[in-house]
Amino acid sequence: MMKQEEPGHNEEIISLANALRWDLGMDFHDKVIESTYADATDIAGKVVTRGDDRQADTVDSRVDRILTSRWLGFPIMFLLLAVVFWITVAGANVPSRMLASLFLDTGHPFLKSVSAAAGLPAWLDGVLLDGMYLSIAWVISVMLPPMAIFFPLFTLLEDLGYLPRVAFNMDRLFRKAGAHGKQALTLSMGFGCNAAGVIAARVIDSPRERLIAIITNNFSLCNGRWPTQILIATLFIGSAVPAHWAGFVSAGAVVFIAVLGIFFSLVVSWGLSRTVLRGEASAFSLELPPYRPPRILQTLYTSLIDRTIFVLWRAIIFAAPAGIIIWVVSNVHAGDLSLASHFIRSADPLALLFGLNGVILLAYIIAIPANEIVIPTILMLTVMSVGLAGQGEGAGVMFETDTAEGTRDILAAGGWTLLTAVNLMLFSLLHNPCSTTIYTIYRETGSWKWTLVSTFLPILMGFAVCFFVTQIWLLFTG
Amino acid sequence: MSNKEACEVCPVHHRDNLVRLGVSMDKVDFVVALAGNPNTGKSTVFNNLTGLRQHTGNWPGKTVTRAEGGFSYNDSRYKLVDLPGTYSLLSTSTDEEIARNFILFGRPDVTVIVADATRLERNLNLALQILEITDRAVLCLNLMDEARRRNIEIDIRQLSRELGIPVVPAAARRREGMAELTAMIEEVATGKYACKPHRSRNRPPRLQQAIDTLAARLSGQFPGLPNLNWVALRLLEGDQRIMDAVRSRELDSLLTSQPATESQS
Repeated sequence: MMKQEEPGHNEEIISLANALRWDLGMDFHDKVIESTYADATDIAGKVVTRGDDRQADTVDSRVDRILTSRWLGFPIMFLLLAVVFWITVAGANVPSRMLASLFLDTGHPFLKSVSAAAGLPAWLDGVLLDGMYLSIAWVISVMLPPMAIFFPLFTLLEDLGYLPRVAFNMDRLFRKAGAHGKQALTLSMGFGCNAAGVIAARVIDSPRERLIAIITNNFSLCNGRWPTQILIATLFIGSAVPAHWAGFVSAGAVVFIAVLGIFFSLVVSWGLSRTVLRGEASAFSLELPPYRPPRILQTLYTSLIDRTIFVLWRAIIFAAPAGIIIWVVSNVHAGDLSLASHFIRSADPLALLFGLNGVILLAYIIAIPANEIVIPTILMLTVMSVGLAGQGEGAGVMFETDTAEGTRDILAAGGWTLLTAVNLMLFSLLHNPCSTTIYTIYRETGSWKWTLVSTFLPILMGFAVCFFVTQIWLLFTG
Repeated sequence: MSNKEACEVCPVHHRDNLVRLGVSMDKVDFVVALAGNPNTGKSTVFNNLTGLRQHTGNWPGKTVTRAEGGFSYNDSRYKLVDLPGTYSLLSTSTDEEIARNFILFGRPDVTVIVADATRLERNLNLALQILEITDRAVLCLNLMDEARRRNIEIDIRQLSRELGIPVVPAAARRREGMAELTAMIEEVATGKYACKPHRSRNRPPRLQQAIDTLAARLSGQFPGLPNLNWVALRLLEGDQRIMDAVRSRELDSLLTSQPATESQS
């Protein structure tokens, strides 16, 4: 109320400012900046003595010349990524198997016997143990090992100072696409979490370029999707080649999907900046930080706490209710069939056009809150809908998947082929962002229109890409 | 007071009095802002002081939102706000806006400017802009270990004289200089150290004249405004956010003596 009392006085100050600005002419803004810079140069000149710093500088710049070179920059980047994935794929299998055997083969029957002894009603036993417990157990055994290996490795690269070099390499490409060079940074951030990448787009000052960075951030594979990629690549792509090539080929497949994401990021940026978000790319300077030797133990600690546990916790929180939903839709019947079967049967013909299946589509609907639970959801729905003999004890329950082969057998029984796996990897890259990211996009842009564009554009692209891959695949394989 | 031994009075003596409070920040006595160029180690300093584990990474632009944490030192409780790293406070991107608005409207009791010792000149551009806005600041000259590696020597006393604020050399990654930094934060917060911040000397006379005219008018309307010249300059530049603040009398909130903890936006 007080605020409106004396508008006149303050308006007067504004008009005085406007008049004075008119007098000063246009270039005084530059003069202000110049005078600050002059002061800074002046002071720095007085207090800084530079000794012979050539040695340290040349090591850094020699390394930089290689890492950011026109010819070697990208191959080195792909190679580093491939090594990281290879270590992840090779290292995650054994602990995954151990966790699955602990939680699924031992833990689940034990809990079932406890609940039987306690006389729990069947529906409660189903919701809690066959729904909630199983989905959480799946999330942990499928996700924890690859994350515990992948995130520390990635964090080491980050602490070393490699990410800005990646940004530097890609800057030229983004500029050609009419986007801001800093988008390379938000894209790298998206490799961790798309919501974080969307927020990181604040570093881009031009609203047009910031919007492009926000819309395309979903093309960076996020924490929740890396495990899906790694797992499916290991199970299907890796096993399609001779064993000694398996690790190499599956790591290569994941790198390919990640690079494809960068490619789509560029293409969509290019498309947007030529159509609805037309404009010139603005110039900026990117500082290459010096290489700092990472403190390995601390990196391991923070990446375990910050990323692995954080992502796992988020996955568990979303997996618990999802597990209940899965159990309910597969046990509540309408007519002869469960709700899930109704959906899966009616979606199957359409989904097969895209080389996917009804289970995958339903899983992606259930997993909107978190990409992390896609694979566990698919596995549970597959077992439930296929009703594998000896694998399920009632609908929506599954056992004996303590080996990667076991997981693959379940999926194969669900009608999965190499084509389904390829399409799932593509669709995992190209589908709607998770609900957290969608909400973040709305908060950052304040616009329903752009939120909807960011949500549906990738889905449409995903269906289009899967459709073409499937049709071409079928053309060649008959 | 006067009968204390010299060692007890020396701020370094109190290095053990730092208590990290993490995110518990009830009843804060002082608010401290952490500002600086990107990738100078603000988050590392923040983690060292608060005991929190904000993710740090070796790349510019990691922190784009404000992170808050607390510590207590010599029985006073401090709230520490980690601002996004920026190269200037002039342009209009959201991260710079967050940093600037907090230093201006959040009224921190102390602003710690974290600067990269190996790139002092570039970092001083931001430091000088911050000193235009606020009187009470400490320069944390971070990455001294890297500067040593590159044989860069910096005359700390001279720098402190030039800027008119305390300068603390540090290597936050190795926790060097953190005790001295907390001591200095306390001295500035309690007013024991009176800052005489550097003000620009290289402005064209006509511009200075315009600033003076406008500042005189502003001081009539907002008596006691601590950064008259800066507000005047922003108005001259047509800064929409500051014009709105003048119109809506938001600037009034900067005049009252209420502590920053209650007025942060």
